[in-house]
Amino acid sequence: MYQYIAKRVLLTIPTLLGAAALVFLLMRLIPGDICLVRLGGGGGSFDPKALVACHTEIGVDRPVIVQFLEFIWGIIRFDFGTSMWSGKPVTTEILARLPISLEIAILGTAVAIAIAIPLGTISALKQNTWIDVAVRIFAIGGIATPSFWLGIMSVLLVLDVSAAITGTPWMPPIDYVPIWKDPIRNLSMAILPAITVGYRYAAVSMRMTRSAMLEVMREDYVRTARAKGLKNKLIVNRHALKNALLPVVTLLGIEFAFLIGGLVVTEQVFNLNGVGRLFVQAVQNQDYTLTQALVMLTVAIFVFTNLLVDLLYGWLDPRIHFA
Amino acid sequence: MRRLLTALLMALTLPAVAAETPKRGGILTYMIPADAPPSFDGHREVTFATVHSVAPFYSVLIRINPENPASSDDFVCDLCTEMPKPADEGKTWTFKIRDGVKWHDGTKLTAADVAASWNAIVNPAPGVLSARASIYAMVDTIAAPDTATVVFKLKFATSAFLPALADPYAFIYKADILARDPHWYEKNILGSGPFKFKAFELGQSISGDRNPEYYHAGLPYLDGFVGIYAPKESTRIEALRGDRAAIEFRGVPPSAVQQLQKSLGDQIVIQTSDWNCGDNLTINHSKKPFDDVRVRRALALAIDQWHGAPALAKVATLKTVGGIVFPGSPLAATKEELEKIPGFWPDIEKSRAEARRLLKEAGAEGLSFELLSRNVDQPYKYLATWAIDEWSKIGLHVTQKVVPTGPWFEAMRSGSFEVVSESACQSVINPLLDVQKFLPGDVSPQNYNQYKDPVQVAMYNKMLHETDPLKQRALMRDFEAYTLDTQAHTLMILWWYRIVAHRSYVKGWKISPSHFLNQDLATIWLDR
Repeated sequence: MYQYIAKRVLLTIPTLLGAAALVFLLMRLIPGDICLVRLGGGGGSFDPKALVACHTEIGVDRPVIVQFLEFIWGIIRFDFGTSMWSGKPVTTEILARLPISLEIAILGTAVAIAIAIPLGTISALKQNTWIDVAVRIFAIGGIATPSFWLGIMSVLLVLDVSAAITGTPWMPPIDYVPIWKDPIRNLSMAILPAITVGYRYAAVSMRMTRSAMLEVMREDYVRTARAKGLKNKLIVNRHALKNALLPVVTLLGIEFAFLIGGLVVTEQVFNLNGVGRLFVQAVQNQDYTLTQALVMLTVAIFVFTNLLVDLLYGWLDPRIHFA
Repeated sequence: MRRLLTALLMALTLPAVAAETPKRGGILTYMIPADAPPSFDGHREVTFATVHSVAPFYSVLIRINPENPASSDDFVCDLCTEMPKPADEGKTWTFKIRDGVKWHDGTKLTAADVAASWNAIVNPAPGVLSARASIYAMVDTIAAPDTATVVFKLKFATSAFLPALADPYAFIYKADILARDPHWYEKNILGSGPFKFKAFELGQSISGDRNPEYYHAGLPYLDGFVGIYAPKESTRIEALRGDRAAIEFRGVPPSAVQQLQKSLGDQIVIQTSDWNCGDNLTINHSKKPFDDVRVRRALALAIDQWHGAPALAKVATLKTVGGIVFPGSPLAATKEELEKIPGFWPDIEKSRAEARRLLKEAGAEGLSFELLSRNVDQPYKYLATWAIDEWSKIGLHVTQKVVPTGPWFEAMRSGSFEVVSESACQSVINPLLDVQKFLPGDVSPQNYNQYKDPVQVAMYNKMLHETDPLKQRALMRDFEAYTLDTQAHTLMILWWYRIVAHRSYVKGWKISPSHFLNQDLATIWLDR
């Protein structure tokens, strides 16, 4: 197993380097100039000498091949450079945003699991009943509803309901406080985005759980268990659900990896200072170094989450061996 | 009886007067409608996010009167003791610096700090970025002959100097820090302003505490402030509604105002002002048929600004019809003067008939072209959509291409556009410098019209060196008519309208025509 993990980790190196080369080239294909965005974006006047000084300062006036080699050399040394926009180390920029993105991803995943697995299982067990129909409508609703709309609506709902009850509109805090500093304030800020994200996430997972359970419940070993007189609860919990979870775990893993850097809209709606928002800023500002580092981070998260999911398979299904 | 009435009147008015007596204390939370600024250095940056974040920490030499921020010529001292009279035929300006001003680290601020800061702005060291250095082309030397005096010597006298000196980004930095590391202020804050730096949460918020040793007696009123970065408009409006923030200083669109008023009633106060941001449609002279002045004039004539303005004002941050100078300022055209310029004629049918005639004469009837626009709703896309509709009324077929800021700039710089919707936002109203935007690209790099015109440059230089207000005004009219009519180099479309919504308990802040001005928060107090 350790040999398998080592092999998988080594395989990530060419993946990461390939992604690095691709993002480096793609960023430079986008027309525009970070210095021009910085100096002229506000619509005011600026000194043309400042534009030249800006190019020199961030090094974009050097040959592209020199910039590329420097970038690759930096990756090899785990040095992703400094943000062209803020001049701060890229790692500082990302680490400042990572906790909130991780927290929302974890809470969102928890919400999704709490909703998807019980409802998906019930839906499968009560196939074609009104319960199944209700659960499927709930799931389709989650898939069909855009996150940004749900986010805005949830805030407006809180404002309107609080205004109707107390006469004064109330909304959760909009400035992030780490959970270890003020857990109540932190959770009151994080709960709405977690539900918003978790609902859509749960909807997809719920449908996957349902279909996997339906398939497993028709397997020979489930029929055998029934024939042996095992209680239905035991069959579902010990035999069926554990096997049905394999595709669900894969899905949860992919979704979790996506949530770290992909909560672009949710972070904007709830004013969360997360990695997704940083990603948008970096691309808008044409901050090459920061965008490159964020893409690398996303690739790394996907690669390692997939590895983790593969390892979980072994725990869920003892028949799976790593070689 | 009269005494009784007087006493009754006093009794009725006293509570109101008392309510307006500033109260001390409290923390002001406000929204900064942007991502965090690239750096804290005002000399280096141009984004309002820098001013909204760090202006409360710094002093400036002079500024627009915070009690009269709509004025274009009411300048008052911040660090100086009194506004000087120029000597040497307007070429020497001597400022006396306040005594007893302290930096937030407790050391004394002197004239050497003021001179060093201004030298860093006007003559930046190699490798140091000073975004507005070129507007100080009139400045020859800046010196501090003693600890309480700063002398500016100019190359030529011009009325553009004093407004340029009141630039809200011209923060006074500590001379020894600048000498040691000219980049220090990009990542650090040390000022002498009304608030002391408290914390900066990267990308999220900035906060400050009251400076008890502030040199303006009795100020600031607040104990501190927190500025929260929120680029998304809906978040900011919700935060105002839910009282998570008390104000957003930049400006909100009319629809948001209606929403807030409906929801909060008298708990929300609206302040409005014409905004020193003018929209223009830039025509690429290097693309046919736009090299023909008749076509450019036709484009201007087709647009009905007088009737379009009130309609657009209902949905966009646009309102005022004006020429190239900020409407209402002493150098701006009056309505009668404007109405003589094509594109501002009061009879739109006459204008459009003339536009059709010009297009026919130029062989450009039914012309099709692309209008490039920035992917920013307010007001770019609104303005572009409206202009396209206006042009369709003279048979033009125009499509809007919306691109992000980077590609938008790239297209303008490289000249790969036909017509582009852009705007210019200035801070202190300084028409002589503000209209530099309309000079040809070889003189003003922010002009993307792709033409050269030595006549226009000569007209501008004459105006810049003229110090007699009446003669200057006449020269400005000539320059404006030449730019918008004779050559129709650009199409000046509506000026922005600034609407600031804030909680009714926020007092002591007055709206100005620029979101860069009046941001040190010293006079703000909370009535609760």
